[in-house]
This record gives sequence, structure tokens and C-alpha cells, in this order.
Amino acid sequence: MALNMPGRQTVPGKIELPENVVVSRLDELANWCRKNSLWPMPFATACCGIELMATGAAKHDLARFGAEVFRFSPRQCDLMIVAGRVVMKMLPVLQRIWQQMHEPKWCISMGACASTGGVFDTYAVVQGIDRFIPVDMYVPGCPPRPEQLIQAIIDLQDKIQHEGTITGREFDTSQRQLRKRALVEADQLLVLDAARNPVAQRELSAAAHRT
Amino acid sequence: MPHEPPAVDDVLATVTARFGQLETSVFRGQTSLVVPAAQSFELLEHLKEQGFDLLVDVSCVDYLEYRGAKQRYGLVYLLTSTTTNQRLTVRVFVDDPVSAEEKWPTVRSVVPLWRAADWLEREVWDLFGISFAGHPDLRRLVMPEEFTAHPLRKDYPLQGRGERHNFPVITRDHS
Repeated sequence: MALNMPGRQTVPGKIELPENVVVSRLDELANWCRKNSLWPMPFATACCGIELMATGAAKHDLARFGAEVFRFSPRQCDLMIVAGRVVMKMLPVLQRIWQQMHEPKWCISMGACASTGGVFDTYAVVQGIDRFIPVDMYVPGCPPRPEQLIQAIIDLQDKIQHEGTITGREFDTSQRQLRKRALVEADQLLVLDAARNPVAQRELSAAAHRT
Repeated sequence: MPHEPPAVDDVLATVTARFGQLETSVFRGQTSLVVPAAQSFELLEHLKEQGFDLLVDVSCVDYLEYRGAKQRYGLVYLLTSTTTNQRLTVRVFVDDPVSAEEKWPTVRSVVPLWRAADWLEREVWDLFGISFAGHPDLRRLVMPEEFTAHPLRKDYPLQGRGERHNFPVITRDHS
């Protein structure tokens, strides 16, 4: 048998693999490819769009996360970043662009206006795009800094890796959604800190009391 | 005042000769003129003949519950002469119609005088609901076509009357 390397002991009934072979599920592989090659569709309508450009530019360099290929055709994109307020006259356009994007696709609602309407609580502005299209990640801020948008993309990558399947079953229920990595890490930091910091200890016990 | 426009006394004299004494006021060297709605087209036509060849803006103010206001809507026509650099503001005040047949306050359109008035009057119609008689194409300009209200009126609620909830909601199931 070709898999039997010289010098290695074989266990009866167990499959032997050469050293440089990794076994995984096809879902995991597909998700790994998807999460590391997000192609954003920039739906930038306001000042958040400027931060979005800064995120893609040299200093913050979104290419480090594989998401630098901004495409202005929805048919080439799988991540819609809504950056800025959406007026009600623009909403049919937004919905149409979302529908023109191929599955699998994700949406980041960037900034206070896209997420909630922000300060524009008027008849003309949509009070949160999630009322009309599905949203995977919300980025707070007015406008958010590039670091925040990058964090959202990292969280989205986690979500894609852990929840995405080729059949798209992850969208069936919200119970499958994982806790954001940043929040998990913050909790771990708090636990580490609590050993030597009485203030953090109090916070931790208060948090435990709340839950 | 370095940028004060030239005086318009010569034009005002011709206006007085034809239309009688109208209410005028001056603020920082800029003259404004109040004209009854019935005479507004004739006066603006006269002013165009006097050299005001550029209509800068047509706008409106809703004076609902405004202290001292006698009529509700105040239209604003900003005129400029590109040859003499004179500037003149014309105010036309109108009220909501009292009769049941008329739904909107109506003023004669000045599109026959200045083509620039086309979109400007459409905007006033869209946001204030003032109809312009004789306008060639009085459709909404900025709000969506299916919108029913005139949102810059003072009695229109800031957050709207639910107009933004008519859109289809796209979920993961059918996207």
C-alpha cells in the first residue's frame, strides 16, 4: 500500500496518511476559501464611505484580510458594505443591488445611520437597513474608524468559517450564530485580569450575577 | 459694504408707475417687493422686460403659526440682471383655498418667462403643495412619485406618516 511509509508502524483498521495531507470537511474548505476572499460591494452614500476608502487604502490595507477587491458590479461581489444613510428613495436601488448579488452573500451595516437612521430621524431616511434587507454585522460609530470595520470583517470571517455551509443551512435559525470573537476575547481578558485586579474581579462577579 | 448690489430705484419707479405703490423693504442693500398673488405674473413679466433676465431661485416659506403672519405661504422669487448686476426679491403670499373644489393654493407659473422655473416650481409643488397654473409638467421633483404628502409644510410630522414602511422586506428566505 502506497500510504504505508517506510519506518512507520501501521495499526490494523486505521487509515495512514502521508505527512503533508490534512483531512477536513468540504464545508470547512469552502468556508475557508470564502472567508478569505470576500469581495465587497461598496454601497457608500455618506461620510462612512470615506472611512471605507481609508480602510481599503494603504495604511489600513484591507488586503491583509483578503477583502480588498472592491467591485462596482453586484454580480462580482459577495459582501455588501452599506456605508452611510439610505434615503427612502434609494432603498429600492439598495434592494435591487442586494438581489443582484450571487449567493452566498453577506451584508455589513456600517455606521449609525445605516444601522438605525442615526441623527436623521425624519420622513426621508430609512431607520435602519435591516428593516428591509438582511444584515450580518453592524458597525457602530459615526463614522466608524477603519479598525472597527476591519473588526467587523474579522468577525464576519469567523461567522462564515463556523456557520457557513454549502447548502446555506446556517441561515435557517439565529441560534446557530456564534458569539463575536472580540466579546469572547474581552471576557477572557477580564478573567485573566481578575486574578490580580480587584476592580475587574468585582466587574466579573457583577456580570456573573446578571446572567 | 463691499459686495452690495447696485440700487434698483429705477426699476421700482417703473413698477410703481404700472402697479401702484407696493410694499417694499430693504435688508443689507437688497430690496424685496411684496406683490398680491393675482398680479404676480404681470409683475414678474414686467421685471423681466426691465432686464431681470436670470431667475436665481423660486422657494417658499410656510408661516403657519408664525408671529404676525397674515397669510400662510410666502413664495420667494430671486431675480438678477446679468447686465446691470441688480438683484431683486419678489414675495408672493398665498393661503390655503377656502372653497372645497380647489385643493391647493395656486399661483401662475413663470415657466413661460424663465425656463429655469421649471424644476424650481416642481420642487415647491413637491415640498409645499403649491400648484402652479400653466406649468407644463408639474410632477414631484425630489420625493418619490408615489409619495402623497408635502413634507416641508409645518403641519407635516418630522418623522413622516409611515410612508417609509411601504417597501417590500427582503429576508434570507427570498434573496
